[in-house]
Amino acid sequence: MARPVSYNINQKPLVSDISMAEMPEGHQGEGFFATSLDKVIGLARKNSIWPLPFATSCCGIEFMATMGAHYDLARFGSERVGFSPRQCDLLMVMGTIAKKMGPVVKQVYLQMAEPRWVIAVGACASSGGIFDTYSVLQGIDQVVPVDVYVPGCPPRPEAIIDGVMRIQDLVGKESLRRRGGEKYKALLESYGIQ
Amino acid sequence: MSETHIRLPEGSIEKTTTTLNLGPTHPATHGVMQNILELDGERIVSTEQTIGYIHRAFEKIAERRPLYQITPLTDRLNYCSSPLNNMGWHLTCEKLLGVKTPKRVDYLRIIIMELARISDHLICNSIVGVDSGAYTGFLYVMQYRELIYEIYEEICGSRLTTNIGRIGGFERNFNDIAFQKIEKFLKEYPGVQREFENLFTRNRIFMERTIGAGPISAERALNYGFTGPNLRAAGVDYDVRTQNPYSSYEDFDFKVPVGTTGDCYDRFLVRNEEIWQSLSLVEQAYKKVKEFKGADAEVYHADVPEYYLPDKKDVYTKMEALIWHFKIIMGEIDMPVGEVYNSVEGANGEVGFYFVSDGGRTPYRLHFRRPCFIYYQAYEELTKGAMLSDAIIVMSSLNLIAGEMDA
Amino acid sequence: MKVTEYSEEKLRASSQYKLLVSQLKARGSELNTMSLTNDYIKQKLTEKFGDQVTGFEEPYGMLTFEAPKEMNLKVLNFLNDDPELKFRFLTDLCGVHYPDNKGRELATVYHLHNLEDNVRIRFKVFTDINKPDDYTATGLFSAANWMERETYDFYGINFVGHPNLKRILNVDEMDYFPMRKEYPLEDQSRIDKDDEMFGRGGSLGFGTEKTDHGTLIESDKKNVGEEIV
Repeated sequence: MARPVSYNINQKPLVSDISMAEMPEGHQGEGFFATSLDKVIGLARKNSIWPLPFATSCCGIEFMATMGAHYDLARFGSERVGFSPRQCDLLMVMGTIAKKMGPVVKQVYLQMAEPRWVIAVGACASSGGIFDTYSVLQGIDQVVPVDVYVPGCPPRPEAIIDGVMRIQDLVGKESLRRRGGEKYKALLESYGIQ
Repeated sequence: MSETHIRLPEGSIEKTTTTLNLGPTHPATHGVMQNILELDGERIVSTEQTIGYIHRAFEKIAERRPLYQITPLTDRLNYCSSPLNNMGWHLTCEKLLGVKTPKRVDYLRIIIMELARISDHLICNSIVGVDSGAYTGFLYVMQYRELIYEIYEEICGSRLTTNIGRIGGFERNFNDIAFQKIEKFLKEYPGVQREFENLFTRNRIFMERTIGAGPISAERALNYGFTGPNLRAAGVDYDVRTQNPYSSYEDFDFKVPVGTTGDCYDRFLVRNEEIWQSLSLVEQAYKKVKEFKGADAEVYHADVPEYYLPDKKDVYTKMEALIWHFKIIMGEIDMPVGEVYNSVEGANGEVGFYFVSDGGRTPYRLHFRRPCFIYYQAYEELTKGAMLSDAIIVMSSLNLIAGEMDA
Repeated sequence: MKVTEYSEEKLRASSQYKLLVSQLKARGSELNTMSLTNDYIKQKLTEKFGDQVTGFEEPYGMLTFEAPKEMNLKVLNFLNDDPELKFRFLTDLCGVHYPDNKGRELATVYHLHNLEDNVRIRFKVFTDINKPDDYTATGLFSAANWMERETYDFYGINFVGHPNLKRILNVDEMDYFPMRKEYPLEDQSRIDKDDEMFGRGGSLGFGTEKTDHGTLIESDKKNVGEEIV
């Protein structure tokens, strides 16, 4: 006998047909809107992230489903997935990373230009997953700093989209001075990246 | 330019070929494998393959896991069609343990296996399209792959790595929603497949790209150990479903399509035709399942309490069910000593399981015969003298799944 | 580049696929003809090789036998060339490690298939772990190339005459052969796993050694319960 559904059973009524995104705080007048620079840049950056799908295994197939028409990742601004790290902002590592592949991930990360973000999709990329063996890297945070982890084996496309939305939050709220600051330098030093 | 300042590798000035690294990260989600090509202008002189970038040591893990815990490992071999691998593993265990499944279970298994075969061939063919520049076919076809995923979800709860089935049958009966979705698929998909074929099969650009790219003769293919659609495109009609019928395939009527030259166009056409044959198999199996009435329609597993986990409500109320549940989960079931080799027709070829048992709760040795690993060796011969763009098309039309190559 | 016109005939010749109706052959019908039963194969093998082929068994219907390792190519060639046996397809090649059989620890198992008569056969060759040499089958079957590299990578069996015997799946710098029974599955250099819930070391030491720092490194953990000191 199936257990009755207990979440999301009351449909939230739509307030109106169009939902508006939030405006950043600022000073508005006739014909102009003044706000701080990092909010504007954050707004522009977060809605046009260019991901690099580093798809190694099963999570890569769920990524293909996410890019399909049913769960469309393109509506978040990621229409153009690039495969060259020089032109991408977001490194999406999807799938198991073996120890043989670790230096390749690091090399790709080094080739990306600042500002860059990393999302670890799937249990294998986050922590090694079900493969606790001699040949699998137990999480890519052993080699590159990671911003968002999306657990699941494989995560549903909705979960991958949720991860990308968290990245969008991070991108939107990031200060412009972060990448040159001491804390960030110390973080990269701990990974051996100059 | 002075020779003393720049250090050049040995023999690199005399070398007339360019070395190109088609590295482990390359576009289109083929997975991770590396090819180092030696090019003479645009022509390929030789290639060298490196694999192992996703080696997850399945065979070593399997020596430490009882039988039910190996099913999730088999999912991740050929992850585009995981139910096929799951069923293959369960069939191997049933052969070792001597379990006979009822007909309704066999027919339900055929439905699931053929849906998995369709979904794998869809990925392969649409990615051949994407690699030759045509992205739309992929999008049209992914819609209907989502419907196949929904069918899996109704039965086992998961979309991609399904872990579907048990030794002796399924974990639950197919409910009405699953049957409705299967009917919807059978009704709507043929139109989509025709549209997909209209886009590619007689498209001049596609034909110019793929005809003559990577041909292989039947003798060389057999020597290289090819099986599956790649071998059938070369002209040999070897299909495990007809040679060693398992799971009641002998009750069904289907054809095995065969090509002539073994090039990319033939492989594309063979896979398309196999999708049609699989659709007809699903229809026939669905009709046969619907013929079971009354108490027979509730059968979804064999009556083997030693190997099949009992229903939860029985575990909470009956004593024997509780004991069997405990014994199966702890792995204290009677395993015979011996070795067995069983194979099923996977989407890429013959997926074989060589199981050596010493009577303990885990296999002594479990080896997966993985078709991708075996036929990727032939890549050098397929691309000798071809142009660089053929190298990409050949790689994607062979349907190389990295998870299956490295295991 | 001149674009050629594709006429119907050219299409039909170059790329049309034929649909062959393969009769669904159930086991025991015309395919498995009386001429090629397991007994007949065994008889032919013993006629040719005498008592060098031993260990005939039929687990689950598949004839299995073994031969000394020097003879493996001779047996494979005989199975391939004989006009009645015709085992021309190498299905699988793998290794197995039996640490208890001294002198015969590493086995190489060949699965062969006769496609026309639909008969499968399994052939084993044993070698000593101190000198694991086998002759390579790549001259006969090109499929054996990578399968032997995989067996070398996992077990250390040296295939004499192989064109390119190096590691294929593991990292090139690895210095041991991981599938042998004495090596563990997990990576031994981790310090971040806390196994207290599984009764193996860990921070609380339920029934096993008590530690005063956080976790133990993997190789210090013991599975057996010891006294709490």
